[in-house]
Amino acid sequence: MATTSRPTGQQRAFAERTGRSLGRRRVTNAVMLGIMYVAAFAATLPLVFILVHLAREGASSLDLAFFTRMPKPVGETGGGMANAITGTLILIAIAAAIGLPIGIGAGLHLAEQRGTRLANAVRFLSDVLNGLPSIVMGIFAWQVLVRPIGHFSALAGGIALGVMMIPLVTRTTEEMIRLVPTSLREAALALGYARWRTSLSIVLRTALPGIVTGALVAVARIAGETAPLIFTAFGNQFWSTALDQPMAALPLQIYSYATSPFDDWHRLAWAGALVLIALVLIISLVARFATRSRFTAGHD
Amino acid sequence: MGSTSIEGASSADRWYRIITTACALSIPLLLGFIALQVFVGAWPAFEKFGLSFLTGSTWDVGAGEFGAAPMIYGTVVSSVLALVLATPLALGVAIFLSEFAPPWLRQPVAFLVDLLAAIPSVVYGLWGIFVLLPVLREDVMPFLATTLGLGNTPLFSGPAYGNSMLAASVILAIMILPYISAVAREVLMAVPRAQREAALALGATRWEMIRDAVVPYARSGIIGGIILGLGRALGETMAVTMLIGNRAELSASLFAPGYTLASVIANEFAEASTEFHTAALMACGAVLLVVTLMVNMIARWLVGRVAREGR
Repeated sequence: MATTSRPTGQQRAFAERTGRSLGRRRVTNAVMLGIMYVAAFAATLPLVFILVHLAREGASSLDLAFFTRMPKPVGETGGGMANAITGTLILIAIAAAIGLPIGIGAGLHLAEQRGTRLANAVRFLSDVLNGLPSIVMGIFAWQVLVRPIGHFSALAGGIALGVMMIPLVTRTTEEMIRLVPTSLREAALALGYARWRTSLSIVLRTALPGIVTGALVAVARIAGETAPLIFTAFGNQFWSTALDQPMAALPLQIYSYATSPFDDWHRLAWAGALVLIALVLIISLVARFATRSRFTAGHD
Repeated sequence: MGSTSIEGASSADRWYRIITTACALSIPLLLGFIALQVFVGAWPAFEKFGLSFLTGSTWDVGAGEFGAAPMIYGTVVSSVLALVLATPLALGVAIFLSEFAPPWLRQPVAFLVDLLAAIPSVVYGLWGIFVLLPVLREDVMPFLATTLGLGNTPLFSGPAYGNSMLAASVILAIMILPYISAVAREVLMAVPRAQREAALALGATRWEMIRDAVVPYARSGIIGGIILGLGRALGETMAVTMLIGNRAELSASLFAPGYTLASVIANEFAEASTEFHTAALMACGAVLLVVTLMVNMIARWLVGRVAREGR
């Protein structure tokens, strides 16, 4: 055969290695295999350490008051984070109100206009937007929504989080819609459905469980974000649900308590972190099970 | 009658198309708008300090002098060190999961590693302050400096406070591990089965198969994943702010406190009182934005290349 073609470096390396004694090669194989096992084990360790420590520290300081009471001033023990928990839920709601419709709309466009130059550019740029540091999103929201108005507001924080959600929702929506068989769309069109109705009530509806999963993953990701909120929602020691005023948020409260010098506040920070992690993990787990049932259901 | 209903449908179709296109267009527009606004906010600082903003090493809020060199240095060093720590582990996990893992182990290990990405940054910071810092201060740093005798080298000199470049790098390494390993796993899975079977048929051991047939095929995608991890590390804010010590000084020692572009913004922005301080912090954001944009574009391009070739 191609006797004239010279072996590539890869082939040469391979030949050289297979020239060695089989015993030595088996030992190398076993050693490397062992290293991979150790790497996999080591990579799961930090998570275990973090969760165990969090559960221990958090659970011992978590009580009903944490959910129902307001923060106490320095020096007084006790108190809770009722305002921060409420604030985080409000901020998530604002973010979802912005991120979901725009993200789903963009995802529909990407899935339906596959291969156009615009779609390719948008897909690429949405990945780039997704990689933008969240602190940059914070200064952007500050520049546009806090600076001109003159004071911090929950709305600015929610919008910063909402912008972060858009690329996440866009990409999962696109992927889920692509999984819908073309025959389904064609059948609807053949029955005389208008394109928009086919897209919304047949295709989107079929893909809905997957899109819900994507939305939950996006929510889980922004729920714990702190950096975009430091100078937008800013935090608030008092009860406030006004969208044009500073608002407390769980991650902000954890940040300020963790970096404070008071033991009692450290305790509350751990409790807050446990609540935040529980929130994020529950959302992630629900999302995971939603996907799983979707895929097993899709087999028949 | 019939014609109006068709016309009605086509006008609704047009609206549907306009709305979804507008949603899609909003992504590039937002990206452009974000960049524009950050640069507008940063402009006074760039105008006043020019290039010396990037090269100056004095960050003195009181004197109104702003040079971001310590932050740029801190950002680069902490991210690169994090990559050095995370990459071997991440690749090990990815190879383990795509090639070796028994099926019953694959799901749980992948799930646990992915969960690392779900933990909020501020929780990493909290854990870092109360668990990681004491361990570094009392065990790791004395071990490196005294037991290993590295204390005389510039890299490991000086007192061990805990809050340091090293602490930030360690937490960053844990945080970017899932990103690198997820991308690496994906590209390794995209390597055609024939590539593996051919190597095994030639008598390669499994490790030789991975080394000679699988990894070279996926190389550019793996590098893309590593660069993606770099992008995450460069912009990571909260955990770093809580652990790095927040001091704007250039120091070769990893034991010394530092500052990063993201952490100086997180730490000082809300309290910035002068116009130039705010502008200088936004300029830090602008530098970060440009760097992460470039890093992400390169990474996406590399990962996309493997995905295209793999088909």
